[in-house]
Amino acid sequence: MHDRTIAELAAGLSRGDFSSVELTRSVLAAIDQAGDLNAFITVTPEQALVEAEAADARRARGDAGPLTGVPIAHKDIFCTEGVRTSCGSHMLDTFVPPYDAFVVERLRAAGAVMVGKTNMDEFAMGSSNETSWYGPVRNPWDSTAVPGGSSGGSAAAVAARLVPGATGTDTGGSIRQPAALTGICGLKPTYGRVSRYGMVAFASSLDQAGPMATDARDLALMLSAMAGFDPRDSTCVERGVPDYAAALGQQDLAGLRIGLPREYFSAEGVDPGVTRAIEEAVEVFRAAGAEIRDISLPNTELAVPVYYVIAPAEASSNLSRFDGVRYGHRCSDPVDLEDLYKRSRGEGFGEEVKRRIMVGTYALSAGYYDAYYLKAQRVRRMIRDDFARALEEVDVIAAPTAPSTAFALGSKADDPVQMYLSDIFTIAVNLAGLPALSLPAGFSGGRPVGLQLIGHYFDEARLLGAAHGYQQHTDWHSRRPGAEG
Amino acid sequence: MSIDAREVGQIAHLARLAINAADSEVHARNLSDILAFVERLSGIDTAGIGPLAHPLDMTQRLRPDEVSEGDLRERFQALAPATAEGHYLVPRVIE
Repeated sequence: MHDRTIAELAAGLSRGDFSSVELTRSVLAAIDQAGDLNAFITVTPEQALVEAEAADARRARGDAGPLTGVPIAHKDIFCTEGVRTSCGSHMLDTFVPPYDAFVVERLRAAGAVMVGKTNMDEFAMGSSNETSWYGPVRNPWDSTAVPGGSSGGSAAAVAARLVPGATGTDTGGSIRQPAALTGICGLKPTYGRVSRYGMVAFASSLDQAGPMATDARDLALMLSAMAGFDPRDSTCVERGVPDYAAALGQQDLAGLRIGLPREYFSAEGVDPGVTRAIEEAVEVFRAAGAEIRDISLPNTELAVPVYYVIAPAEASSNLSRFDGVRYGHRCSDPVDLEDLYKRSRGEGFGEEVKRRIMVGTYALSAGYYDAYYLKAQRVRRMIRDDFARALEEVDVIAAPTAPSTAFALGSKADDPVQMYLSDIFTIAVNLAGLPALSLPAGFSGGRPVGLQLIGHYFDEARLLGAAHGYQQHTDWHSRRPGAEG
Repeated sequence: MSIDAREVGQIAHLARLAINAADSEVHARNLSDILAFVERLSGIDTAGIGPLAHPLDMTQRLRPDEVSEGDLRERFQALAPATAEGHYLVPRVIE
């Protein structure tokens, strides 16, 4: 019953084919059976059924919107009042927030039913979901492969059709890369498009929340509910929210100017099967009348090094709040205040988080600030300006989302730099603050390949329209694990 | 730039992180790898290019200096590991 798109489920609810309570029970049963994926940290069956009943009552009053009664999951980085929010960390294993994140508030107000909180890399630091304190998530296409990260639980839950949609966050690719590796769609909106109130902070000049679902229409439905001004996030931009779903049909691929950045196609170490799938996807756009142009983003290969200065620096500052005093893990029997801080943090954080805090602390320390942090911010401007120049000539930029398909569990866990390079095609977008989405565009070796579309600031509607147009010509988005490869 | 185990100890102290002595060598190796990887930035000519702190070059929005939140002390302190009479408890700092 439940393994359909949000739009289809909304239609079924509105026709009375099933109630939200029936739908939610079906989703909860599916989650229960898929325990091996480890996609969820917390499942909230009682609360979900209460919300589903309320959604059915709302529908009976004639007050239902497109998400009313539809079950969804939240990445465990979003605060949920009364429901543990762990951020994938031992540090927050017992943290029960006293309020909802803005995104949670908005989706609740739209009538969506939260069925649980999804697994993730600890504090969103990872590209494979292996840094979670709650254990790795398995890729539904192949249980020996990672689902990507950091929003790996949300990606796996949607790919396995446990829920039709889930929330994610993207600091360096954490929505798009797992979407690509699990064969679903994921959108990172423009920096400031969605409020981050109640979203645990990682790197504040890069973090952004967004939707994950199986097709572009569902992303549009979720984004319309999630976006909007919120004075409680000082970076949230005051700007009207279009009806993204209504805008989908108003766009035509004919005449759409698509730029192919040559640096993304000539990069070293890209799986040839990925390149082939992306080139075939580009041909679909061309055949539908899009105009394909070669473009250049000359500073592409500097994006990962810039990111691994800026993101750890900001993380070391943001994570200083976890001190064992106000909330989170506290060590036992501290001898003095310094011992309390050091052991609470040493015990509460996992290895990758400690590594990034130390890199960031070093980069910001006296004598090194100019050489690392300030230098990285200058190069960041060069990367942003590359995009600005390229986007003067094209409407969207198309590229692979990730250099490979899903890799084996454990294959990169001991080599941080190799792991960081799995975000080589997504990180520059965060540095520039642009919106981008990943959508399924075929397979290589039986594992999904993601096509990334990058757009102008606040031009999410055009990105979604382009993705929707592509999905009218292809059916990759409706392939599901277990059915075929 | 290479980091040794002693410098790991200094950085961990600045970050108020307890690190197992046994792990210092691994941390030193990983941090050295990461710093070597980002080192290439030092060779990039950035003369005349200003640092970019906000991708849209926006500044922080100001709001009127008005009380907008109620007193939720009990609610927030319910999350704390140790409190008493409205205070957070920590080991004795002043003898």
